[in-house]
Amino acid sequence: MISYILRRTFAAVILLLVVSAVTFAIFFLLPRLAGQTADQLAQQYIGKSPSKADIVAVKHNLGLDQPVYVQYWHFIKGIVAGATYDLGPTTVHCDAPCFGYSFKNHQAVWPELTSRLPITLSLAVGAAVLWLVSGVVAGVISALKPRSFLDRTFMGIALTGVSLPMFFTGNLAILLFTYQWPIFGKTYVPLTENPAQWANTLIPAWCSLALLYSAIYARLTRSGMLETMSEDFIRTARAKGLRERTVVTRHGLRAALTPIITVFGMDIGLLLGGAVITESVFSLPGIGQYAVQGITDNDLPKILGVTLLAAAFVVFANLLVDVLYAAADPRVRLS
Amino acid sequence: MEGKAPIMRRSALAAIAAIGSASLLVAGCSKADDNKDNNGSSAGANAATKGVVNASDKKGGTVTYELSDVPDSFDPGNTYYAYMYNLSRLYARPLMTFQPGAGEKGNTLVPDLAASKGVPSDGGKTWTYKLRSGLKYEDGSPITSKDVKYAVERSNFARDVLSLGPNYFQQFMAKGDKYKGPYKDKSAKGLSSIETPDDGTIVFHLNQAFQEFDYLVAAPQTAPVPQSKDKGVDYVKHIVSSGSYKFQSYEDGKQAVLVRNENWDAKTDPLRKQLPDKIVVKLKVNPETIDQDVLAGDAIDLAGAGVQASTQAKVLTDTAKKAGTDNTYGGRLVYMAINTKVKPFDKVECRKAVQYAIDKVSVQTAEGGPIRGDVASTVLPPDIPGYEKSDVYASSGSKGDAAKAKEQLKACGKSSISTNISARSDRPQEIDAATAIINSLKKVGINASLKQFPSGKYFTDYAGVPKFTEKQNVGLIMMQWGADWPSGYGFLQQILNGKAISQSGNTNLSQYDNKDVNSLLGKAIGTQDDTERNSLYTQIDKKTMDDAVLVPLTYFKVLLARPQNYTNLVSTAAFSGQYDYLNIGVASK
Repeated sequence: MISYILRRTFAAVILLLVVSAVTFAIFFLLPRLAGQTADQLAQQYIGKSPSKADIVAVKHNLGLDQPVYVQYWHFIKGIVAGATYDLGPTTVHCDAPCFGYSFKNHQAVWPELTSRLPITLSLAVGAAVLWLVSGVVAGVISALKPRSFLDRTFMGIALTGVSLPMFFTGNLAILLFTYQWPIFGKTYVPLTENPAQWANTLIPAWCSLALLYSAIYARLTRSGMLETMSEDFIRTARAKGLRERTVVTRHGLRAALTPIITVFGMDIGLLLGGAVITESVFSLPGIGQYAVQGITDNDLPKILGVTLLAAAFVVFANLLVDVLYAAADPRVRLS
Repeated sequence: MEGKAPIMRRSALAAIAAIGSASLLVAGCSKADDNKDNNGSSAGANAATKGVVNASDKKGGTVTYELSDVPDSFDPGNTYYAYMYNLSRLYARPLMTFQPGAGEKGNTLVPDLAASKGVPSDGGKTWTYKLRSGLKYEDGSPITSKDVKYAVERSNFARDVLSLGPNYFQQFMAKGDKYKGPYKDKSAKGLSSIETPDDGTIVFHLNQAFQEFDYLVAAPQTAPVPQSKDKGVDYVKHIVSSGSYKFQSYEDGKQAVLVRNENWDAKTDPLRKQLPDKIVVKLKVNPETIDQDVLAGDAIDLAGAGVQASTQAKVLTDTAKKAGTDNTYGGRLVYMAINTKVKPFDKVECRKAVQYAIDKVSVQTAEGGPIRGDVASTVLPPDIPGYEKSDVYASSGSKGDAAKAKEQLKACGKSSISTNISARSDRPQEIDAATAIINSLKKVGINASLKQFPSGKYFTDYAGVPKFTEKQNVGLIMMQWGADWPSGYGFLQQILNGKAISQSGNTNLSQYDNKDVNSLLGKAIGTQDDTERNSLYTQIDKKTMDDAVLVPLTYFKVLLARPQNYTNLVSTAAFSGQYDYLNIGVASK
C-alpha cells in the first residue's frame, strides 16, 4: 500500500511539473510565437507614455528580457527555493514556494493565494457537505420509490437546479435573502473571527452552489442505486432476513457510492481551485476572484499561480480518491 | 486617457462595458436630465450636478465605498484612475486640488498642501509653491517640501518599480530625461530641477513654459512621502497619511479601512471636514450588489461609472428612484479616429465622406441612448474649458447626409472604399456602435469590416501600433477619451499632437501630425491668460474638425444613483462626474 501511495505521489508531482510547463508555455511562449515582443508585453504593465528606458527597465525587472526557458527555470526555482525581487529602495526575498510577483502591482502571488484559500475552502467545504447530503439522500429516496411523487419531485428539483446558472440563482438568493428579507449578512467574516456570522454570510452561497451540484449527485445516486438494488447480492441479503435499512445502506448505497466518490473528488478539487462565478456573484475574495483579476489585468504570474494551485488540488483530490479505492479494493493496487 | 486602462478619468469602463442592450430600450424613451421628478422627499433628479445634496456637518458613522474591480494602487504615487485621484485625497494631500463643487464648478483649482496657487516666473518655466505651516503626518512628524520633492521623484522617475501612474513630471521637468530616480540615484541632491530652498518652499524648473502646471501638481503624485518610510511597491501596505484619514487596515485586492487621523489639523486645511468616524473601501464587489447597496443608501460606487443596465431600467421607470439619480457628463468623448496613414483616408475628402455618412443617432442608441451620452460634434466635450458648440458636418437630426457623403467621395476620386474598423472585443457597446457605423457607411459605398481586439492589448499590440493598422488596412478606429486634467491641453495633447505618435501604445490614433495644430498646442500651454488659452483650444478643435481626422460620436454621460443616507453629495466634472469624495458624511437615519 505504501509503495502504491509513493508511486502515485511521484506521478502526481511529475504531472504538476508538466502542467506548469504547459501553462508557462501558453502564457509566455505562445504570444512570442504569435509575434508579440517582450517590449509590448512589458508595456502593458506601465502607465501611459513610457519612455524606451522605462520599457527596458520594466522588462528587466520582470525578467522578460531573458529567454523563455530561463524565465521558466527561475519560476520553478522560486517555487522550490524562493526568489529575490527588487521592490524599489530594497530587495526582498520571497520564501518558497514563491509563485512570483504580480506584474501589475508587484505583490507576491503566494501570500495572496494563501490569504484567500480559507475563503474558498469555507465556500467549497460548506457547499460540498450540503450537496453531498441532499443529493445522496434525494437519490436514495428516488431510487427506492421510483416513479413516485417524491421521486418526480426530487428529480424535478434536480433538473431545475442543474439548469439554472449560478449568476441567476446566486443573484436571486442575494436579492431575496439579503435585501428583500435581510436574513443573511453581506460581508464575509472569517470563521476564526465569528463562526456564527461566518456561516450566516455563507449560507446563500452554499445553498446556491449546492443546488447546482446536488442535482448531479441525486441523479448519479438514483441511477446507481436502481442498478444496485436489482443485483443478486441484494436479493441474497434480503433472503438472509436483514433489515431493509441495512440492505439499503450497507449493501445498496455502499456499492452505488463508488462513482460518486470519483465525481466528488474531482468537484471538490476543481472548486478549491477557485469557484470563479460563485465568488464573483457573492463578492467573496477567494481564489476564483483572484483568478478573474489576473485575467482582467493580463497579469501572468497571478494566472499561473491560480492554474497551478487548481491543478494541484485536482491532482491531490484524485490521488486521495485512488488511495481510497485502493483501500477498499485490493485489485486496484495490483493494477 | 482612454478606456479602462490606467489613466485618470479613464474610469472603470469595464463595468460600463458590461451594460447590455436592455439599457437601449429604457434609455431610448427616458429623459433623465429634467428636474421635474422631485417628489418632495428627495432633492430631485440631477440635484447633485447643480449643488450639494444633503449638505451637513454632522460627524460620525461609517461611509462605505464599493468597487467591482480593484484599483491599480492605493499608493498616491502609483495610480492613474480618476476615482483614486478623488479618493486618495482623504489620506494624501497634493499641493493643489479641486474645489468640491457641482459640475464645471468642480474644475476650480484650489491650494491644498500649498498655501496658495503656484507662482510662475521665467515665462511659466519656473513654478514656486509655499507649503502651509503646521502640516503633520499621521505620526506627528512635520511635512516638509523635501517630502513633496521625494514623492514626485519616486512616482515619475522609478517606473520600473512604480509603473502605474502618469509621468508628466518626467516629461516636463528640466533634465528629467537624465535623472534615474531615487531608488537608483542615491545622491542627496536628487532631481536638480526641483529645489527645496527651505522646508516650506518647493521650486519646479520646467523644460518649457507650462501655464497649466497647477493642474499637474493637483495629481496625488505631489502628496508628500517621507523617504525613510518608503518601501517602494510595498509602501502601499503602510501609507503614511498626510490627510484627514489614515489607514487602519489594508488587504490587497480585498478591503481598506480608514479612520480619523488625529494629527490632521483643521486649521491647516480649509477643504476637509473629517465627518465620518470610519471609511471602508470594499473591493471586488458584485456590480449588482453595489447597485443594491447604493439604492439602499448605504454605499457609494467608488468607480462612479454609473449603475448597471438592469438597475438603470429600474430607476428610470420609478419616479421616486429616478429623483435620486444624477445624469452628468463624464469629461469624455466617444469617437472614431480616421487613420490618415491608411489610404484613401490620407485624402481629406474621403475623411469628410465618412463624417457625413454616419448616423450618429444610431451610434448613440447603440451606446445606450441619451442617458449614456449626447450626440457629439466637437472634439472637446462640453465640460472641458475651450468647448464651443459647433457642427461642421451637420445633418438633419444628426442622422447623416448620404448625398453630401457621396459628393465628398466623388471629390476624393472614389465610388467605393473597402476598409477595416477596429473595436474592443470585451466592450459590447463599442462593438454595437461600430456595427451601427458599418451600416451607415455601407449606404454610401464605404464597406468597413469589423476587427475586434481585446482591450488589454488594444493600444500596445493593435490599434495603438501604427505599423499594424497600416498593414491590416485599419482605417477606422473606435476610441473613448478623457482628459488627464480638465483643460483643453489635458484633453487634446495626447490625441492630436504629432509628437505624441508612438510606435506602440499610441493614442493619436489618427496619426494626425499637423504643424498648425502642434504649434497651437505649444502656444496654448505657454499662454498665461485663461481666456486666450481656451480660445486657442477652440481653434484646435475647429481645425481638427475641418481636417476631419476623427468623428465625434457622443459626449459620454454617467447615471449615478445617489445614496440617500450620505451627506455632501456633489457630482464634479473634475473627477469624471463622480461625487466629490472629500467630505461625504453619514446622515441621521
